[in-house]
Amino acid sequence: MGIGKEVKKIDAVQKVNGTAKFVEDMLPQGALHAKILHSTIANGLVKSIDCTEAWKVPGVQAIITCFDVPQTEYATAGHPLSLDPNHEDVKDRLILSRRVRFYGDEIAAVAATDPLSARKAVERIRVQYEEYAPLLTPEAAIGAQPLNPAYPTNELARLDFSIEGSEVTWGKASFATGARIAGRQDLVADHFYVPAVHGAHIETNGCFAYMDGPKMVVVTSNQVPFTARRNIANALEMPLGQVRVIKPYMGGGFGNKQDTLYEPIAALLCKKLGGKCVSLIMTREETFVCSRTRHAMDIFTSLEVDGEGRMKKRAIRINANGGAYAAHGHAITAYAVTNYFQTYAAEDVQIGESSTAYTNLPSAAALRGYGIPQLAFAMESQMDDLAVKLGMDPIALRRLNMMQNGFLDPFDHFVVKSCGLGDCVDKGEAAVNWSAKRAEYDAFNKTSKKIKKGLGMAIFSYKTGVYPLQIENAACRIILNEDGTAQIQVGATDLGQGSDTVFTQIASEILTIPEERLFLLSFQDTDHTPYDAGAYASRQTYVSGGAVKKAALLMKEKLLERAASIHGRQAGELTLRDGWIVEEKSGEPLASIAGVAAYMQYCNDHVLHTEHLTAEATYTCMSNTFAFGACFADVEVDVPLGKVKINRIVNVHDSGTILNPQLARAQVHGGIAMGVGYALGEQLLYDPNTGRMRNDNLLDYKIPTSMDVPPMETHFVETYEPTGPFGNKALGEPPLIPQAPAIRNAVLHATGVSIRSLPMSPQNLVAAFIEAGLINEDE
Amino acid sequence: MIKTIHLTVNGRAVELGVDQRESLTDTLRNRLGLTSVKKGCEAGECGACTVLLDGKSVNSCIYLSVWADGHSILTVEGLTKENGELHPIQQAFVEEAAIQCGFCTPGLVMTGVEIANSGKTYTREELRELISGHLCRCTGYENILNALERVVGRKENGTL
Amino acid sequence: MYDIKETYRAHSIEEALALLEGHPGAVLVNGGTDVMIRMKEGKLTDAVLISIMDVPEIIGISLRENGDIAIGAGTCFQDIYHNEVIRGAVPALAHAANQVGSPQIRHVATIGGNLCNGAVSADSVPILLAMNAELELAGAQGTRRVALTQFHTGPGKTVLQKGRELLTTIVIPKEEYAGRYGSYIKFGQRNAMEIATLGAAVCLKLQANKTRLEDIRIAFSVAGPTPLRCAKTEAALKGMALTGDMVKALRQGVIQEVQPRDSWRASKQLRLQLVKELGERALRQAAEEAGGTIHD
Repeated sequence: MGIGKEVKKIDAVQKVNGTAKFVEDMLPQGALHAKILHSTIANGLVKSIDCTEAWKVPGVQAIITCFDVPQTEYATAGHPLSLDPNHEDVKDRLILSRRVRFYGDEIAAVAATDPLSARKAVERIRVQYEEYAPLLTPEAAIGAQPLNPAYPTNELARLDFSIEGSEVTWGKASFATGARIAGRQDLVADHFYVPAVHGAHIETNGCFAYMDGPKMVVVTSNQVPFTARRNIANALEMPLGQVRVIKPYMGGGFGNKQDTLYEPIAALLCKKLGGKCVSLIMTREETFVCSRTRHAMDIFTSLEVDGEGRMKKRAIRINANGGAYAAHGHAITAYAVTNYFQTYAAEDVQIGESSTAYTNLPSAAALRGYGIPQLAFAMESQMDDLAVKLGMDPIALRRLNMMQNGFLDPFDHFVVKSCGLGDCVDKGEAAVNWSAKRAEYDAFNKTSKKIKKGLGMAIFSYKTGVYPLQIENAACRIILNEDGTAQIQVGATDLGQGSDTVFTQIASEILTIPEERLFLLSFQDTDHTPYDAGAYASRQTYVSGGAVKKAALLMKEKLLERAASIHGRQAGELTLRDGWIVEEKSGEPLASIAGVAAYMQYCNDHVLHTEHLTAEATYTCMSNTFAFGACFADVEVDVPLGKVKINRIVNVHDSGTILNPQLARAQVHGGIAMGVGYALGEQLLYDPNTGRMRNDNLLDYKIPTSMDVPPMETHFVETYEPTGPFGNKALGEPPLIPQAPAIRNAVLHATGVSIRSLPMSPQNLVAAFIEAGLINEDE
Repeated sequence: MIKTIHLTVNGRAVELGVDQRESLTDTLRNRLGLTSVKKGCEAGECGACTVLLDGKSVNSCIYLSVWADGHSILTVEGLTKENGELHPIQQAFVEEAAIQCGFCTPGLVMTGVEIANSGKTYTREELRELISGHLCRCTGYENILNALERVVGRKENGTL
Repeated sequence: MYDIKETYRAHSIEEALALLEGHPGAVLVNGGTDVMIRMKEGKLTDAVLISIMDVPEIIGISLRENGDIAIGAGTCFQDIYHNEVIRGAVPALAHAANQVGSPQIRHVATIGGNLCNGAVSADSVPILLAMNAELELAGAQGTRRVALTQFHTGPGKTVLQKGRELLTTIVIPKEEYAGRYGSYIKFGQRNAMEIATLGAAVCLKLQANKTRLEDIRIAFSVAGPTPLRCAKTEAALKGMALTGDMVKALRQGVIQEVQPRDSWRASKQLRLQLVKELGERALRQAAEEAGGTIHD
């Protein structure tokens, strides 16, 4: 088989027959259950805690409060270690918080023999607070009483710049909410708003901890086990090697499981109890409130074009709501603000301003798309609004201005070597019969009042991995068995996206061993598996895949060399074919891989020393590249009900070479559904007075059901990216980026109403249609 | 309080002492080791805990074990034959790449089995409605519908 | 693990009433899909639950000798949806039954539970209200019959004497369904797994020539503190010809009779818009069912 083939997921059978073990499925008999006491205020200080009544609940084994935890602040973000102190993740978290920063903050924890006793004990803990007014938006927070003394203005970070040609000049602006960007009269912006949303993976976040001698073992549903180990070790003030993190099968993560959450709490309780196993499985409600969200952002964009539609001036300001803890700091907002100048560039003026604020909402961090879904909504909505104003076709306007091959990224200084963006647009345009359909709907909408039809589109660019901002490295170990089968160990994590399968294909491609004879360890274990930064930034096949390729090539080299010595040949004359070492020119078989492996491991002579054939390699990725794509949405708007029905959605992607078409399509399907949810229904709602999340459950937080997703069409434009291990680039996150603006632009086409905030729920659309006069009782 | 209940689980008669406060999810997972029954919300909103109770799909997380006394339960563990052969619904999920993270999968498979057991065929739109009690965040349901269509599908015009 | 003190299972109405009397504060439970959530949310603690899922008298649907339809309170929504009597005589109720929760919920949740919770969003209520359904409540003193229009008294409140009474049967009298046609439209942000943002039901009867309304009932859920009927609009529409003016009269009338509120789930503005629009659509649908044509 190998790459490019529709290899079935290597974990499909165990997942379909129920034997695949997720965190909670591995909980040992007799494990204790922990529950958290969450703050009932959003901003304040815990003055005192009384646990007297809680201790009386039968079954309670341990109680820890914010007065009992180590006072070393640690970072929660799942990034590799930065040797540059300026790029380190912000350390602003204690295991339990005395200084309450959001409604639901963790202030005490109880471990008991069963979950109900733990919960009852938690309910009996009495807390006295000193309460401050909740600061729920950047406007409210910036300049108010500091949440973190290290950031006296509550502004976590800024990134401000102007670009001339491909030269970036860094500046320092101050927080602003007005329409004029950089205070300039010529840069008057439109305002877009996107709310906080949630990953809502079906497996909640959860972990358990136990001690094995001196070792602290933490089993957790975490995308970045090696970083989790570092964060846990820091939190508990333990040496790194004393902590062991195990990641079993994972029920989705989408970036939300990139942060260290309750692992340190479980570990601290465990330590207090002499190493007894303590589990801390978040409830669904806790997952909503106490994990991570996508940033809410206010985005101000200004765009000026010449008479032909070529961009002259381009300016943006993003004010992001970072929530209670820094988590990923400003990284996500920085990703968003820079992407505005990557997908399109203007000739004369390019100015970017961005801010991330500490507020009293749940912490925002990574979530599939890392800031780009927010940016794309504003950027691509702006494009269609401008097209309407200019009387131009929206696709034509994009074609004039969008990124081309050879683009020099002004920020990360790499040159784009593969760009299928134009082809993506062409393919989608043809698939939906763009012009004819648009004309047909224009005619339809002239007479139809209640039902309006529209066709819209949007494009995007998305980087692959995080080089050069951070180190991009990954390691892989291949262990050859005497029968020619092999074990593959990677530190990279599969959270459902299928990376384990693609890694197996890569090894198979090089070693010519069929996938069913390669056994990749799906459970990452920091004591067993080699290092990898983990699953984020759509880096797995691009970076970790590079590690698998490198290790497999190393194994190949060893096999050829050993075969050459055994048989008295030159390694350079040999190659691998169908599980055999063959003479490259003639194809004459020399020995089977199994034969060489067995011989090397067990030969008992004085010439060759035995060798268990293994290959381990660390791959350092010193490149970056953009993946591209376009989405086309065909919608029907039921105007009086504010309901959008998507008749058809077409996604076209340039993710370089596609390594497994079936899994690639599946990845796009999931992205479309998530994008549709972002467009039409998802938003986290907070009580404006208390900061309490209102819809912390799957009934009130509206992720799409099977009846809410449209028929999906996926296409690929396969470019060859020279820096990818096999010409491939990002595909994990890109699929959910363009739906919201594409659907929004279709609604614009259908109704003429320019929607500037998400979600396009009936609530918001009816209000917009009433304001626009589309719904009018007196007509 | 512990109560003794009798039920048939995956074809075998079982006598169990259960805490009357336990959900059927807890009993199946913790007392019988049937960990395919997943906990995604414990409020009947995600469908990950779906099992067949007397052949009908139910959310076992909001069903007390004591209520299951005298009834028959089927979970994914009860589908696989001794030779490891998969149920046609399971096989279809594998073929169509209807599985990503796999957390919603066992519940969806059980609803698929319930649908297949009806002996009828269904259009894609009907199937959408029949699986609408399951939330999946990875697949967009597209390949799940493809998998179900393989086994119980019918085109709008009545052909298979 | 739920916060439960004790569970009982009743096997007859008498046993259920006796258990209720013997355990003050005990809660009747059938499918449990609402009660379990209340325990999970901590709104019901240390619960004593009396299960009535094994009470055969309250399960099933029958046609009484006088032609009335009797729906046992313990009948689950799935069975109502598939029942031939319901599909034939009150298809809008079958449709409403299929709008509840999800397929898994409909397999266990019962119509009696849906009514007795007194939820303002209950999917089974608007169409039953529009059909003048009646409820049979069993108590120690015997059975009393209450019109559904008199049943709801406030959010989550009904005239059912909790702890002393048990809803046994929902009756749709023959004269309330024969020759009448109904519709129910549920509106939610999603197309499944939803609690109604608003529900609208219309039940109407046309005059013999099918050009005028002989009678009409209009009911809404989530448009006030209880599910409600629009009596004034109903009276105003009676006898009207099937024209755009009739539709307009409904739109203008109903918004005078509802009192939706602003909540974080939906604004008053949206609900008022839905009342008009769904009211009209329910009317059009019911008129079409009845074989009438509206001339706009």
